[in-house]
Amino acid sequence: MGKTLAEKIWAEHVVRQADGEPDLIYIDLHLIHEVTSPQAFDGLRLAGRPVRRPDLTIATEDHNVPTLNIDKPIADPVSKLQVDTLRANCAEFGVRIHSLGDKDQGVVHVVGPQLGITQPGMTIVCGDSHTSTHGAFGALAFGIGTSEVEHVLATQTLPLQRPKTMAINVEGSLKPGVTSKDIILAIIAKIGTGGGQGYVIEYRGSAIRALSMESRMTVCNMSIEAGARAGLIAPDQTTFDYIKGKPHAPEDFDAAVAYWKTLFTDSDAKFDVEVDLNADDLEPFVTWGTNPGQGLPLNAVVPNPADFADSEQRTAAERALVYMGLEAGTPLKKIAIDTVFLGSCTNGRIEDLRAAAEILKGKKIASSLRMLVVPGSARVRLEAEAEGLDKVFLDAGAEWRNAGCSMCLGMNPDQLAVGERSASTSNRNFEGRQGKGGRTHLVSPLVAAATALRGTLSSPADL
Amino acid sequence: MEKFITHVGTGVPLRRSNVDTDQIIPAVYLKRVTRSGFEDGLFAAWRNDPEFVLNQPQFKSATVLVAGADFGTGSSREHAVWALQNYGFKVVISSRFADIFRGNSLKGGLLTIILDQAEVEAMWEAIEADPATPITVNLEERTVSYGSKSLPFAIDDYTRWRLMEGLDDIGLTLKQTDFIDSFEKKRPAYKPATLPIRS
Repeated sequence: MGKTLAEKIWAEHVVRQADGEPDLIYIDLHLIHEVTSPQAFDGLRLAGRPVRRPDLTIATEDHNVPTLNIDKPIADPVSKLQVDTLRANCAEFGVRIHSLGDKDQGVVHVVGPQLGITQPGMTIVCGDSHTSTHGAFGALAFGIGTSEVEHVLATQTLPLQRPKTMAINVEGSLKPGVTSKDIILAIIAKIGTGGGQGYVIEYRGSAIRALSMESRMTVCNMSIEAGARAGLIAPDQTTFDYIKGKPHAPEDFDAAVAYWKTLFTDSDAKFDVEVDLNADDLEPFVTWGTNPGQGLPLNAVVPNPADFADSEQRTAAERALVYMGLEAGTPLKKIAIDTVFLGSCTNGRIEDLRAAAEILKGKKIASSLRMLVVPGSARVRLEAEAEGLDKVFLDAGAEWRNAGCSMCLGMNPDQLAVGERSASTSNRNFEGRQGKGGRTHLVSPLVAAATALRGTLSSPADL
Repeated sequence: MEKFITHVGTGVPLRRSNVDTDQIIPAVYLKRVTRSGFEDGLFAAWRNDPEFVLNQPQFKSATVLVAGADFGTGSSREHAVWALQNYGFKVVISSRFADIFRGNSLKGGLLTIILDQAEVEAMWEAIEADPATPITVNLEERTVSYGSKSLPFAIDDYTRWRLMEGLDDIGLTLKQTDFIDSFEKKRPAYKPATLPIRS
């Protein structure tokens, strides 16, 4: 029987296999940031261990960094200590780092692909659950905890139980105004936040193949929100073209492409589970609750908890409506928004900024709200400025920030206030995720831009 | 790592599903560079509510957290495991755990046990009826017992052995360095490296 793509990559990275033990898997690339690494470096120091492969390791600063006044010292002393600790650790252990102010600083999952060090067939890990983003290149990429960060630093391997495989087939073509963000939000609503637990998801079908690389990254990014540690897409010409010319693209490009072309699921391979989704039917999607599975098409109304047959889901919906300050039956499009956040590892790349700018061009955002535009990396920011996108955002009344995780998580100065409501292109609508008491509606960049103009949740078609 | 063979303690019923890691410990508490002191951040937002179960005196000294389905969803922050351990929890029971959280917990010696939702609900009721109910977790026999019940749970042999011996993975893997060396000799040249820097 043939193998799935994930099984092929797995088999190519087995260092050691023994009965009754997890497989020891080789890691091709280890991405590091300031939040989940200090205790790992401490562990190495205590044991007197070096970083085995600094040349397969790269660090950047993203979670804690401010997106304003980046030329000044970080104001929060605890955040500053964490960033300084990363810098000192990288210097001590010989790890490459892109610090605030460097053109390759940015959200770790934007940095890898833009440098061309994210490539098909690799195993990629990072102490961050959105490492699944890199699966868009046909890599097996997943988030790890700090103990595992230390393990990879010390050994360049991880002992892992082999995951099961799930295919999500998305056939058809998207209507105008519908994006890859809507695909993944619809998938999570369909299979639930636990639907992918224990699986690696492979996204397949004509609608996936038609997506750009950056749109594919948005889909794979949120695999974790469906419970799957990793999600991937078989590489094709779109992938090869994206990597070509990037700083770390293979020198012998043809040899690499010849290998990359072997990276697909064999026609006689069997997935443990298959799920189908029709792209033709999709509408712009938005979340109404406090987990990413609580989403609906934008034309729907806030659901009535009593309508959920499952008691667990009913209780969760009741709690979510209280937290979100929403009444069942309210049209989602009537919900007024205070803050629009465009950015994050989900939707902070140049295509996302272009798509939003296209809608905002020559218009003004509603006076009732603020809009933060945060490029995923300093390089994305420079690229956007070269195209004049910064002007479009500023002229529309939005704020043009420096690169970082920003308002995706309440860790740096960019946060929602208690009760404040956002339309956010990020990935998590958990209680307090964007700041204590903040309320989050997850949306695509197009919905974010249309919402900014109208002041209530809106799709571009409403303009 | 401390060996885990058996544990006897009392439970706390957390009647919520989808308890994500931002609830277990909000991001703002992740800034420490040490491995201790994270108990302050445990369920920080919920603990502001005096009615929250962890604030009720009868559950103050509980060491077994019995939670709703899909516990630990969201981010990979191992701080969630540390916060639970720093607070005093030794065991978490749920009908479903998120993958990364479960991996982190078993690496760090916090035993996560999967029981059927019906059994979780029965435990909630027993603990609520008598918060002093002793709960015995026996990893060697793979059972959770309370009252007259003894429930089997599944855990793979390797992880069970590692927890019972209190071994950390790095030491075990470093014994396999020869395998890693020979794997590296066969790695193809077209695989990318971060050094030397190309721009």
